[in-house]
Parts: sequence; C-alpha cells; structure tokens
Amino acid sequence: MGVLSTVAFWVLAGVAVVFGALVFRVDSMARATYCLAASFVAVAVVLVLFRQDYLGVVTALMMIMEMAIMAVYMVMFMGMNPALMPMSMVHGRRTALGLSVGLFVVLTVGVLLVPWPSRRGTPIADVTRALGESIMGPKMLVMLTVSPVLFATIVAALVLAMPRGRYDRLGDDLRRRPPTDPQRGGVGR
Amino acid sequence: MSLPAVLIVVAALFCVGLYGALSQQVVVMVMMGLELMLNAVILAVAAVLWFLAPQIDGAVLLLVVLAAMTVEMAMGFAVATVLHRSRQSDMTDMAADLAG
Repeated sequence: MGVLSTVAFWVLAGVAVVFGALVFRVDSMARATYCLAASFVAVAVVLVLFRQDYLGVVTALMMIMEMAIMAVYMVMFMGMNPALMPMSMVHGRRTALGLSVGLFVVLTVGVLLVPWPSRRGTPIADVTRALGESIMGPKMLVMLTVSPVLFATIVAALVLAMPRGRYDRLGDDLRRRPPTDPQRGGVGR
Repeated sequence: MSLPAVLIVVAALFCVGLYGALSQQVVVMVMMGLELMLNAVILAVAAVLWFLAPQIDGAVLLLVVLAAMTVEMAMGFAVATVLHRSRQSDMTDMAADLAG
C-alpha cells in the first residue's frame, strides 16, 4: 500500500474509534446514532482500501439505513426530543470501564507479541466476482444457511413486534366467530 | 500500515463496544455497543484477509458476519418493541427478570 493509503487508513481508523467512543459520551441518542453511523462508514471505507469493495459498500448502505431506523425508534420510545434533552443512562460504569481497558491491554499485548506470518498468495483481482462465484458454487452451504436464518428472523421479528395477530382475534384454532376485537368493525357497529 | 497496527485499532473498537454493551441501560444503546463490537470483527477479518491470506474464504466469512449483524439488529428492534409495549420502558434494568 502506498503512503496515501496509509494516511487514509490512519485518518479513517481515528474517525472510527473516536466516533465509536463518542456514541457513549454524547448527550442525546440522536447524536449517538450519527456517531455510530460515522464510525461504520469509516470502517466501510477501510474495507474498500483492503479491496473488499462489495462488502464495504454493503456495510455502509446497511448501517446508514439501520441508523435511520434507530432514529425512528428513539422518537417512538424515548418519549422526548432526544436532540434537546441530555441523557445519561448507565449502570456499572466503573466495572465496564475496567473490563474494557483491561481487555484492550491484553489484546494489544497479544497482538504485539504474536509472530505474525507473512502473506501467502496475492490479493484476488476481482473480489466481488470471486465472492459471487464462491457463494453460488463451492461455498453455497453458507448461503443455504444464511437464507433460512434471515427468513426466520423476519418471521420472529414480525411475531414479536405485532401487537395483535390472527390468533389473538380468532383463537388458537382460528375458529372463533365473531373475532375478539377491541371495537367491532363493519356495518351497524 | 501493518497487521498489528490494524489489529490494535480493532482492539480499541471492540473494547469501546464492550464498554457500551456492559454499561448502557437503554436497549437500543446496548445494541449500539454490540454493533461496534461486530464492526471491529469485520475490520479484523478484512485485515487478516488482506495481510495474511488473500483468499475468498475470508470474504465469505465477512458476509456471514454482516448477516449476523442484520439478525442482531432486527431481533434487537423487535425485542425493544415488545419490551416497550409490555412494560412501557426501554431499559434493561426493567427487564432483569428475563435474565437466565
């Protein structure tokens, strides 16, 4: 990698870590969301530096959308204007800080002590194409596993998030008539 | 830029996320901590892929991590919704009876 890439990496790494830390320092959840988005986008650009173009773009797009959803959740659940009302809702702060700093020291010492081997092989020219061919070929089991997991997630999330489903209205055997509704519908109510 | 340098950045990101996941009370903020930790894992896999073994297997692993992140996000939001509906709260301390 050239000097420009190295400089870009350190700037992006700084942005990722600093904004990641700011997530838990800023006064509002709205600002925390923007900080997390900035951290993720910085890491996504680093992925592009490492020639993982497709995954970098997917990460950036996914995280920006997720932060938008998070902003909606804050408005829904916090019951306040999160940009104007400072908040600090933490517990066990010293323990968490001690554990985190301790783990950082252990990981850093480990990283510095391990004799890392040199690179085997050369980077793949077109990673996006190779990835597509891989998951549709020899690594198809990954897709076959991830697909039902994602589908199950959709179903489970919907079941959890729905306030009332058809089983609440029509009973376990779906035979209850008329359905139990908070207010009757239809003509003549 | 070298692998140890990138991995130290990864360690910093992971530990910041760990601090958030352990210390925050709001469910959505706990999710933010978990996501920062997964963010660090993504960077670690990409770095190992680039510096040690530039093979496609690592990119497939990255795809799995992204899928795990998606599942965590969707289920986290769903649980936050249920928690808020049933207890009018989005704090983990209000759901301590769900532990274990």
